[in-house]
Amino acid sequence: MATTEILKTTNLQKSFSGIIAAEDINISVKEGEIIGIIGANGAGKTVFVNMITGYLKPTSGSIEFNGKNITGIKPREATHIGVCRSFQVSQVFMSMTVKQNLMIAMSLSKKSGSALLDPIDDDILSKECDKILKQYNIIKQKDFVVSTLSQGMRKLLDIAMAVVGNPKILLLDEPTSGVSVEEKFGIMDIVISALKESGTTVLFVEHDMEIVERYVDRVMAFYQGQIICDAPPKQALKDKKVIQYVLG
Amino acid sequence: MFKGILKEQTIQVGIGFVFIVVLLGTFILPEWMSNNFMYGLSRGLAVLGLMILWRTNLVSFGHALYYGFGAYAVAIAQKYLGVTDVFLRILIAIAAAGLLGFVLGFILRRYREIFFAMLSLAFSMVLYGLLAKAEFLGSTDGMSISPSTMFGFELGRFGLFYFIGFVVILSLIFAHAYLRSSLGHLTTAIMDNEIRVEYLGYSVEKAIHIKYVISACLAGGAGGLMAAALGQVDPDSMVLWSVSGELVFVTIMAGLGNILAPFVGAIFFEFIRTYAYEFAPQAWQMIIGGTLLAIIFFLPGGLWSLFQKINPFKKEKK
Repeated sequence: MATTEILKTTNLQKSFSGIIAAEDINISVKEGEIIGIIGANGAGKTVFVNMITGYLKPTSGSIEFNGKNITGIKPREATHIGVCRSFQVSQVFMSMTVKQNLMIAMSLSKKSGSALLDPIDDDILSKECDKILKQYNIIKQKDFVVSTLSQGMRKLLDIAMAVVGNPKILLLDEPTSGVSVEEKFGIMDIVISALKESGTTVLFVEHDMEIVERYVDRVMAFYQGQIICDAPPKQALKDKKVIQYVLG
Repeated sequence: MFKGILKEQTIQVGIGFVFIVVLLGTFILPEWMSNNFMYGLSRGLAVLGLMILWRTNLVSFGHALYYGFGAYAVAIAQKYLGVTDVFLRILIAIAAAGLLGFVLGFILRRYREIFFAMLSLAFSMVLYGLLAKAEFLGSTDGMSISPSTMFGFELGRFGLFYFIGFVVILSLIFAHAYLRSSLGHLTTAIMDNEIRVEYLGYSVEKAIHIKYVISACLAGGAGGLMAAALGQVDPDSMVLWSVSGELVFVTIMAGLGNILAPFVGAIFFEFIRTYAYEFAPQAWQMIIGGTLLAIIFFLPGGLWSLFQKINPFKKEKK
């Protein structure tokens, strides 16, 4: 595993009208790491992800990505520099087909300027799109309108759309929430193997400890907006604070 | 952008439709019917502009702003610069409306739903107020427009009709090329999920701004053509809120299913209005309102959904 630091936060804090949602978050993430973020509801996990990806502006503190300060960056700027994300509730284009969703994501990530006025359905892009749909095991549903798909399929599409931008770091917010027990491991197997293949650094928020134990290199446990444990999964899941405040 | 566009079914049908309308209007039908076709084609451009915005769930209640601005640009260019050439007239109308749309777009792109609708109405009423007070622009009487020329020769009514047909075909080609592009596909994407579009790395506001300027250009072009066709511009018939209302009316009546729908709807509207005036001069608005109610209840997808049910082009939506 590479040892270059890709993401660093220093004294990161976010408060809403005086209520602190995240406090003194200091992390360092190395390239290629897969990190699980755990914590009870309201512990500050999603706020943390939202700050990194530009959805929320931190109240104080700083975020460095590849040595550059990206604090308060806009979502689309985050995407441009390689910080991408998926969402707790899949953010896809519900009235379009699976393939149209991915084609839009791909064309926006690969084209710019006047090339965006070219027809979206060009052969090269279409073939590449089919390849990704196959990799994410949603090729059979490519002509289905997204609103007719299961939560699991939507999650896969959501993640695939985030991945086509070739992110350097990908933040997945509860990739298995709302997904049936039978689908969970299947989805994570597909996603993690695809991301490992591309060497993408991954931070994912997760409530299912079986998933955390199986896929991550390191666990960050949140409680009341702070990180109470940052350790390898076996060690973290036996930590007294984690047992008391997270695993309950 | 335009690669292979003439081979696309929508464009081929569109050219055929315009060709038939122009042929009917110039050789076969009496003048009053022919006028309805000509005005319908012209207004259809503004409705096409509204339709492009509407596909992103942005409804403008003030598109007469651009329609009237384009029309007045033609009148002003004639009065102060002596421009009567039809090519220059349409270019001036489009450029003026596009420029205004570009400037106002910086404000409007931040708003959605009813705020977008009412703000656009407010801007159109500001223009109405200015035009109604501006004596050098004819105040409420407006300005007359001299017959259009082409290469120094007077165009005549038939010539103008051909020219309108030509502009409509070019607009259909441009609108189709835009809607089939990556940028055009953002039309529906933004309506579905703005957050995702931002996280795909594209500015939603920028995409809306581009769409807004395109829409303004089309409405301005429509105004320019109508000014040339009617030979007169005045605030009441070009910029008043009721003109914007008519454009929204026709958009609902036509449906959003295809870029041809605005032209079919606009021509249909001209005939409904003419017959309503003819048969019930005291209650023509009731007939028009009743028509819209009937379409909303029985054809919620607009007139185009009727074509989709009975014709072979129903699968295509561009």
